[in-house]
Amino acid sequence: MLNLTTENSENNQADEFEIAVPSPPELMKRRAKSHLGFILGGSVVLFALIVAIFAPLLAPFDPYDQDLTRRLVQPIWHPTGTWKHPFGTDALGRDYLSRIMFGSQVSLMIGFFAAIISAVVGSTIGMMGGYFGGRTDNFIMYLINVKLALPGLLVALSLVSVFGGSIVALIIILSFLFWDRYAVVTRSITQQIRVNDYITAAQALGASRTRIILGEVLPNVMNQIIVIASLEMAVAIIIEAALSFLGLGIQPPTPSWGLLVSEGRSFMFFKPYLIVLPGVAIFFLVISINMMGDGIRDITAPEGRN
Amino acid sequence: MNQLNSQSNNGNIPALECRNVSQTFMIKSGIFAEKQPLKAVEGVNLSVNRGEVIAIVGESGCGKTTLAKMLLGLLPPTTGEILLDGIPINSVSILDIARKVQPVFQDPYSSLNPRKTIKSIISLPLKVHNIGTEIEQKNRVEEYMRLVGLPNRLIHSYPNQLSGGQRQRVAIARALIMEPKIIVCDEPTSALDVSVQAHILNLLQDLRKKLNLTYAFISHDLAVVEHLADWVAVMYLGRLIEFGKATDVFRDPKHPYTQALLESVLTPDASLGLPEITLGRGLPNPLSPPSGCYFHPRCPKSSTECSEKSPLLKKEKNYSIECHLYN
Repeated sequence: MLNLTTENSENNQADEFEIAVPSPPELMKRRAKSHLGFILGGSVVLFALIVAIFAPLLAPFDPYDQDLTRRLVQPIWHPTGTWKHPFGTDALGRDYLSRIMFGSQVSLMIGFFAAIISAVVGSTIGMMGGYFGGRTDNFIMYLINVKLALPGLLVALSLVSVFGGSIVALIIILSFLFWDRYAVVTRSITQQIRVNDYITAAQALGASRTRIILGEVLPNVMNQIIVIASLEMAVAIIIEAALSFLGLGIQPPTPSWGLLVSEGRSFMFFKPYLIVLPGVAIFFLVISINMMGDGIRDITAPEGRN
Repeated sequence: MNQLNSQSNNGNIPALECRNVSQTFMIKSGIFAEKQPLKAVEGVNLSVNRGEVIAIVGESGCGKTTLAKMLLGLLPPTTGEILLDGIPINSVSILDIARKVQPVFQDPYSSLNPRKTIKSIISLPLKVHNIGTEIEQKNRVEEYMRLVGLPNRLIHSYPNQLSGGQRQRVAIARALIMEPKIIVCDEPTSALDVSVQAHILNLLQDLRKKLNLTYAFISHDLAVVEHLADWVAVMYLGRLIEFGKATDVFRDPKHPYTQALLESVLTPDASLGLPEITLGRGLPNPLSPPSGCYFHPRCPKSSTECSEKSPLLKKEKNYSIECHLYN
């Protein structure tokens, strides 16, 4: 290797200027700290995540444990409520708090994996279309158009009724519903990125296409992918709840929030907490995820927003 | 083909040589239109020895950047061949080309990935070519940052924290870290402030002497070219119309287009006024180039011969010209 040293007069001159501009990660950290929506949403999501992960430790009862002598015990805010079952029990005498805690596992798992899998599939397709252009892009645009023309929920309903409502099946079917938005967005951003000189520089280095797409393009689309993922995760949770409510998603006795609402339906006028509690849980989780997603968008790409 | 006979200077193998290089794009100008050929570069011959600087000058749209892309191996020539140290570029892989030729681009804002640190930008060539361990790569990055005059503390910074001149230094360090022999500079200073331009040009000169580099310097700034170049190649509508030693061409330009180009240079003395441009119109449509000599509609010295026949290439030792006036 060469042994190179040089004394550069401008070097000293350049040294007089301190770095005044913060780096992108620092900037994001700063913006995150002052973004109320992100902090609120993020903390609720974090709370739900902790509850879901540690549900076996935190839940006071086994969610499947039936006790027919203690059916439909009222929750704590009712005059007859006890601290033994703060959220009461359901029609089969199962502790409702434990069922809701375990239900968060199903919601978060389906939402998270559906968003991640569709993100991987959709962004790969989109970045390939945007980067290669030409026939590849035409084919990918054709795929996207076909997907956009499909009535998504109908397809999901029919697929679920064919393949059953296991968690894995639901994740795969929901991923199939969501990939197109990632593809559309990453494709158009990649088209803007690929004309930059740093892509040409990487090509002139002999870098492989995979390396250019993953190493040069992906870091520039990552923010948008995260924002879409957070919004799609919220939608996936709602659709899972809807499918389970219709009896096509998660099957009893697995506790899923949608299923809890469905099971509580017959007691709606006498024991409203059976519907209200899982409904409120869905509402807060989804709105928090949306707030967090909005926050991530403001934090990573604040241009033109206040 | 005998390489020793086919080229004109000194008898040793030139670092970079273009033999009759052309690039034709097929352009569709409408939905139902036939594809038309656009000759971006046509029949370019040039050669440059190790350690020398060749400047390629011409108006926007004359094919300079297309030629640069071909030199970098990013665009295979439609016809003709490009030789690096006597080896045809299309017979080796892009990785082998990359070890010999590296680019420095015009816009330092789009040539660095905004999401990556300076260290990962400069070390990318080493990663692509799998050279050295993580620590060796870091040492080498620091060594080259010193070489191009970047303070070491910038190593973990991002491009948005750097000035235009510093960014261009990063781009130069990235180009040099593979120890290539040839650097293709595509207008490396035109996006910079005038004061920074001088720094970067001096840096390029220092590096050339230190590392015995060959530059293919694409520019429309003739003052820069005069300062830097050993050879000048003047391009017009994809054709190389005049090629020779920089001192000769600047002292005594032969081709009417080169004369007009040199007259168009602005002088720092405002009292001298704007230079008189004898070329009336803009560049003709390259999709349907004029008959005969491509330059004749704008040429102040054109005759009927110019609009009928293409001029032949007149080649001497160290000089070539395409013009009816000198045939």
